Amino acid sequence: MTRDQIKDLVLDIIADIDDEADFETLVSDQPLRDQLDLDSMDFLDIVMELRKRHQLQIPEEDYPQLASLDSCVNYLEPLLKDA
Amino acid sequence: MDNTQQRIVITGVGLAAPGADNLADFRKKLLAGTSDIQEIDLRYFGSAPAGICDFPETKYRKKKENKRGTRAGCFGVYCAHEALASAGLAHDYYDPARIGVYIGLTEHGTVETENEVYNISKFDYNVDYWTHHHNPRTVLNNPAGEITMSLGITGPHYSIGAACAAGNASLIQGVQMLRLNEVDMALAGGVSESTGSFGIFASFKAQGALGEADDPRMASRPFDQSRNGIVVSEGACVYVLERLESALERGAKIYGEIVGYAINSDARDFVLPYAPRQAECMQMALDRAGLTPEDVDIINTHATGTKQGDIEECKAIASVFGNAAPHINNTKSIIGHAMGAAGVLELAGNLPAFDDNMVHPTINVSHLDPECALPNLVLNEPVRRERMSVILNNSFGMVGINSVVVVQRYTP
Repeated sequence: MTRDQIKDLVLDIIADIDDEADFETLVSDQPLRDQLDLDSMDFLDIVMELRKRHQLQIPEEDYPQLASLDSCVNYLEPLLKDA
Repeated sequence: MDNTQQRIVITGVGLAAPGADNLADFRKKLLAGTSDIQEIDLRYFGSAPAGICDFPETKYRKKKENKRGTRAGCFGVYCAHEALASAGLAHDYYDPARIGVYIGLTEHGTVETENEVYNISKFDYNVDYWTHHHNPRTVLNNPAGEITMSLGITGPHYSIGAACAAGNASLIQGVQMLRLNEVDMALAGGVSESTGSFGIFASFKAQGALGEADDPRMASRPFDQSRNGIVVSEGACVYVLERLESALERGAKIYGEIVGYAINSDARDFVLPYAPRQAECMQMALDRAGLTPEDVDIINTHATGTKQGDIEECKAIASVFGNAAPHINNTKSIIGHAMGAAGVLELAGNLPAFDDNMVHPTINVSHLDPECALPNLVLNEPVRRERMSVILNNSFGMVGINSVVVVQRYTP
């Protein structure tokens, strides 16, 4: 997947969690949690969705890598290069 | 100070029932005897008649919160907010630490667990795909807790598990906690999300106790010769309960006063009801209320449409009420059996009788079972009653639990 595709994937998962999430003003290098109505359970939803959609097993110590949209893309890019 | 005689009143009602999402519409449906029971399709099980609720699920919280929580929580939140609105209570009128939330449940977690097992079946039963939401959704306090989160209530909250007597049991809990001065206001009621569980339908069917009919609106027919079982419904009802003096102080509308109650146990059988114990329960509730059978105007029966259950309750009523002549009706014939919400929804459907002096009918009775032929059974058409002061509400449940609540028209 390209970086843009990964970005769309993450946003699509977040939209599934909260269909009222506003991505218009999202700053990609800032924490998602500060900008959207997301909490720790929602992040676990993101992890679960990545597992379901792409069979990714993300270890708990890597969860901080999912903090911002940019860091998500950076972290997922090598994992989804063949997806 | 002896608080045990403190007068406790109902000052707000929020509900969601098959065919109605507020008390006024619910009352209209019941007086008209209009059933909205429909066929639904259940995973693995197939088609069955059921009572499904259509209510504004996002009126009081976001879709995201409904997705995270449970159907039971969604019901609870809607009904709690509606109850407060009908009570004319602002969220901050009472100290949030002095509000108690008591929610009656027949069962909880069945729907969520079935859904999750189905979910992992799509992943070859790999439990890595089991959701982290499972535990917070299935803890037994879930529906009550979702109410506290939505309303910022920091007082006690818990669920009352009492099978299909749970709605009444939660009301009793609310009354007791107010009398103990543990809280200043109680949100007490019951919730059922049972129509989401194929297992509940399949279990009733295996027991030979699942109601059926060609027309689903005819499937729930307590007291009729041809009755063949229970129609499972979802729904909820939450009441605002206050001490009388608090209610008077703020000029609240008083829907009724809870003057008597009782709970007892059959101590006999997992599923079969037992008339002598039901009779004792009704008598205890009347005694506690300081009332006689002659004082009662409406008996709202628990009868679910099973052969033996309806007969046992009729025997119990006959033994307590003898020649007294209350009118007798059954709400389940119209809305099905809302399980943990049954007692409270059925009471709510009868409370407006204090205003309109009407007794709503029991529908779907074309051939009355002679063993259920109680005097003054209100069949198929509503009746007007000159005096309307006392409602006795029966709710019984599996594993032998009986509950009775007696509500009186408020008089100073």
